Amino acid sequence: MNIFLRNPLALSGLIIILTILILALIAPIIAPYDPNFIDINSILFPPSINHLMGTDGLGRDVFSRMLYGAQISLLVGFVAVGIASLIGVILGSLAGFYRGWVDSLIMRFVDIMLSIPTFFLILAVIAFLTPSIWNIMIVIGLTSWMGVTRLVRAEFFSLRQREYVLASETMGSNHFSIIIKHLLPNSLTPIIVSSVLGIASAVLVESGLSFLGLGVQAPTASWGNILTDGKEYIQFAWWLSLFPGLAILITVLGYNLLGEGLRDVLDPKNKD
Amino acid sequence: MNKKFLFSNFFAIFISSIFLISCSNDATEVVDYDGEYKKDLGGNLINAMAGEPSNLIAMIAGDSASSVIAGNIFNSLLKYDENLNYAPDLAESWEISNNQKTISFKLRKGLQWADGKPLTSADVLFTWKLITDPNTRTPYASDYQLVKKASTPDPLTFKVTYESSYAPALDTWTSLHILPKHILKDEDINNTFFSRKPIGSNYYKLDEWLSGQQVTLKANDKSVSGAPLIKKLISRIIPDTSSQFLELTADNIDVMNINPIQYQRVFPARKDLQQKIALYKELGNGYTYLGFNLKKAPFDDIRVRQALNYAIDKDEVIKGVLLGLGEAISSPYKPGTRWNNPNLSPYPYNPSKALKLLADAGYIKDKNGSLTRDGKPLKFEIITNQNKQREMTAVLIQRRLQEIGIKVSIRVIEWASFVNRFIKTGDFDVVVLGWGLSLDPDQYNIWHSSQQGPGQFNFLGYSNKTVDQLLELGRKELNILKREKIYREFSKHLLEDSPIVYLYAGYGLSAVHKRVKGIKKPAPPAGIYHNNYDWFIPRPLRRNEILEQ
Amino acid sequence: MISYLIKRILWMIPMLIGISLISFFIMHLAPGDVTSNEASFNPKASEESRQKLRELYNLDKPVIIQYGLWVKRIVQLDFGNSFASHQKPVLWERKDKSGNITKGLIQESLPITLMINLMGIFIIFSISIVLGTLSAVRQNTWVDRSITLFVFIGFAIPGFWLALLLMYWTGVSHQWLPISGLHSPGFQNLSGFGQFIDLLKHLVLPVSISSLSGLAGISLYVRNGMLDILHQDFIITARSKGLKENKIVFIHALKNAILPLITIIGLSIPGLIGGSVIAESIFAIPGMGKLFYDSVLMRDFPVIMGILTIGSVLTLIGTLLADIGYAWADPRVRKGLVK
Repeated sequence: MNIFLRNPLALSGLIIILTILILALIAPIIAPYDPNFIDINSILFPPSINHLMGTDGLGRDVFSRMLYGAQISLLVGFVAVGIASLIGVILGSLAGFYRGWVDSLIMRFVDIMLSIPTFFLILAVIAFLTPSIWNIMIVIGLTSWMGVTRLVRAEFFSLRQREYVLASETMGSNHFSIIIKHLLPNSLTPIIVSSVLGIASAVLVESGLSFLGLGVQAPTASWGNILTDGKEYIQFAWWLSLFPGLAILITVLGYNLLGEGLRDVLDPKNKD
Repeated sequence: MNKKFLFSNFFAIFISSIFLISCSNDATEVVDYDGEYKKDLGGNLINAMAGEPSNLIAMIAGDSASSVIAGNIFNSLLKYDENLNYAPDLAESWEISNNQKTISFKLRKGLQWADGKPLTSADVLFTWKLITDPNTRTPYASDYQLVKKASTPDPLTFKVTYESSYAPALDTWTSLHILPKHILKDEDINNTFFSRKPIGSNYYKLDEWLSGQQVTLKANDKSVSGAPLIKKLISRIIPDTSSQFLELTADNIDVMNINPIQYQRVFPARKDLQQKIALYKELGNGYTYLGFNLKKAPFDDIRVRQALNYAIDKDEVIKGVLLGLGEAISSPYKPGTRWNNPNLSPYPYNPSKALKLLADAGYIKDKNGSLTRDGKPLKFEIITNQNKQREMTAVLIQRRLQEIGIKVSIRVIEWASFVNRFIKTGDFDVVVLGWGLSLDPDQYNIWHSSQQGPGQFNFLGYSNKTVDQLLELGRKELNILKREKIYREFSKHLLEDSPIVYLYAGYGLSAVHKRVKGIKKPAPPAGIYHNNYDWFIPRPLRRNEILEQ
Repeated sequence: MISYLIKRILWMIPMLIGISLISFFIMHLAPGDVTSNEASFNPKASEESRQKLRELYNLDKPVIIQYGLWVKRIVQLDFGNSFASHQKPVLWERKDKSGNITKGLIQESLPITLMINLMGIFIIFSISIVLGTLSAVRQNTWVDRSITLFVFIGFAIPGFWLALLLMYWTGVSHQWLPISGLHSPGFQNLSGFGQFIDLLKHLVLPVSISSLSGLAGISLYVRNGMLDILHQDFIITARSKGLKENKIVFIHALKNAILPLITIIGLSIPGLIGGSVIAESIFAIPGMGKLFYDSVLMRDFPVIMGILTIGSVLTLIGTLLADIGYAWADPRVRKGLVK
């Protein structure tokens, strides 16, 4: 733990993420306005005491929308990564444990999925299914499990030869319990690191989809769509671009710092 | 040590280059854009398009980018003048027979294609045959199929006979681009290279088409319409509207459609932009509406529809969404035209009247404040496509309806899904959509009860016998004054029935660089673009261009 | 090595089949078809005409038959014609009887995307080696920390946001660079060299934006790799033998660090191709990413399938080349000692 706290990367990442998480959770309490409250007499006002981050094209308070947008960004990140990790862990365990033709089959599938440009896939599927927050989360999850699969598989390969696993097997434990009790717990490091990094990537993908019009749809507020709404007046209503852009940047930065920090801390090799 | 030395040297060079470059480009010249200039031939006009044209044969292409470009290259038999009356284009005159079923067009003498070959009635007949050919992949055939017989008694005359008198006929002849028979007669129109390399007869011809980047037109010296003053029209393909705006402010494009916020808020705040760019606003020929699925309860109840009409504050929508740049309407026609019924006015915002009508229909507020009937709350979903203004409109409507106790949810759907999954299947409650209309008042396709098939335009399911008869009559009546009465009557019924709520007729907003002179002020009824062939760019105001050798 | 190559190439065949199945499957998630673009909502277009269009494009045959017909054709490299661009061939140009050439959509757009991506890869490769090495060699100094910070920020910045900011700063506030597009109007009138410079000016922003996150990730990778290597025994041995520090770093350590870099870059190719959608859209560059996006919205199936297939094939070729490069560069593999 100490090492973790002394690593400046991990620490700053953790602080950033916790701050955003807390802000997102208490959004209903601290948001000064309802994020969907329209005031057509306050259209596109710059930041002021009444509106800390200004107002948007319908007079809605940007600060409140940003707070609720944090909920959306985090939700997309967590659920998408949850799905990806779940699939990755399952497939990786199967491939790493059983090897042989199971491994070959799964790895071929991984290779195929890795060969198709992911963003193209995501675009096509979301456009065809109509964009909604659930579709986005599921599609991002379904297209980012490949990395986790490989990592889990690699860990299993090296762990499987350890004595306690062989001992378990001879003692007759069933495969499932070996996987759950011995192999998975020791493979957590890469899973955690890749999940954290995956959240960062999911947040970026959602904002990219919003830019293309295929992200979370109006009137739900997301950082991506606040940014996109304001892109045509970037010189004039700078607050519509600055705040969500910075928020995305800081959040993604936080997750990346945490992920890399965790990797540094948990990887026995990197001791300097 | 070595590395550091190199690095700092490189850094110094880098910084000084930036200074040099910025110094050389910040040389400001004082140009008087507001002065008077005499007409000059030449210059380039650059505009931006979001989409690339797919095919310059307008009858086959479905997209607006294609028809805009093609409109500069081809002529039709007729066109509209600045007051929206019919005017000669290829035809110098036309006559309608006594039985009102035959029109004879007389072509102007000496018409030529851009390749020098003569343009005659044979080309017109050829074009008509093409568009009515079942093998031609065009969605626009139906109007022209109403022609029972077409003939060319001589090279300057084209005659068409309709089954029965068809009032919109002349309007249909303003939008059929006449194609050259001598080039296309042996070609498969669906696959011909002509779509990328057209030969027309109008002011401009295609100079160059850089796929995905820009389309350049240059003046056609054999133009049947005379020479345009601007030599070249360059249309740059810039899909992102924010990039377009940046290009406009950097002086790289001359013309652009802008949105209400740019018009009302951004430009007034920028003195530097106002010095070189002028703004124009004019009413377009269309409107935005809230449409009810008339086949679904409770929208089949006229009291509910009228109530919703009273419950929506249209002025608020115009103020909030369009920043005031639009008008409320009560007929499906452009305000200021003869088809508009001046005796009608929009449903005013009156929530108590709305509540009363809903009470008549059985909806009463329960203890939570929601309107319910037989225990079921009144709630529905508004769907719309990805159009910023429509989204904002839906949000405003949602709020007003929520205030009187109706639960409204909103769904924004991408266009292709929207049309195929919801509209064509009739699987929707309420839509926010718009119509872009032709100048002829005929609205048979939209409101006649026979047009309710899948993919047809009466997707709301409107059926009113009186309106049906009026629409049928209006199509046959060639006398303008009688037609006026028919369509005003039609508008009156439509307003009473309230199958839709007219939300607004928005202004078309344009930003045009001040170097472009010759724009008519005030804009005539046909709009500022009507005389764009008379626009010119005075020599002193032309941008520094890479000149042709 | 030859047997390794052959095995790799043979593996590509089932991969291609898998890719084609997935691409085809995705198409049929879509309920819309090509007749649902603007024309359908113009009151002048009738439903009968649209049904005719549907039949003419074979959209009413069952899915299995459509797949079979499609596979039969792509094996002959016939990807068909685009619906939305009215019969432009999807892949390669076609000549009609008068000798007019209609260029293929992928033929026109792929070189542009490829050019941007190759320039991007080149930049990523060269700059990340410099940054990563500098960072590793000066570990934990302010140089390392600032490079690391820069790298992380580069990783985290939403590309389109940065693009807009840069476009505004370099194109509007100061007229240093063009804002969008690939060529200036009047491009044809420039000399050969002038055209080259014009093109470069237009490419600065798009290439920078699309390679930024790759640059960040790979710099980090190089740094970590170098750190690993610099702590290994053979380096300590070399140091104790008295070899000059520079030589150790640049020759011995770097050689080892670059090897996995080749594979990593190969693996980042699909990310680059997919990522080009946003950059091309904002910078008005007519590349394959933008083409894909437009085709998705227009439900232009032949083009969508064509791009997914070609994009995947490119990726497979890219990883194959990366593997070959690795196999050649790593003497262990070259000599057949390790597979």
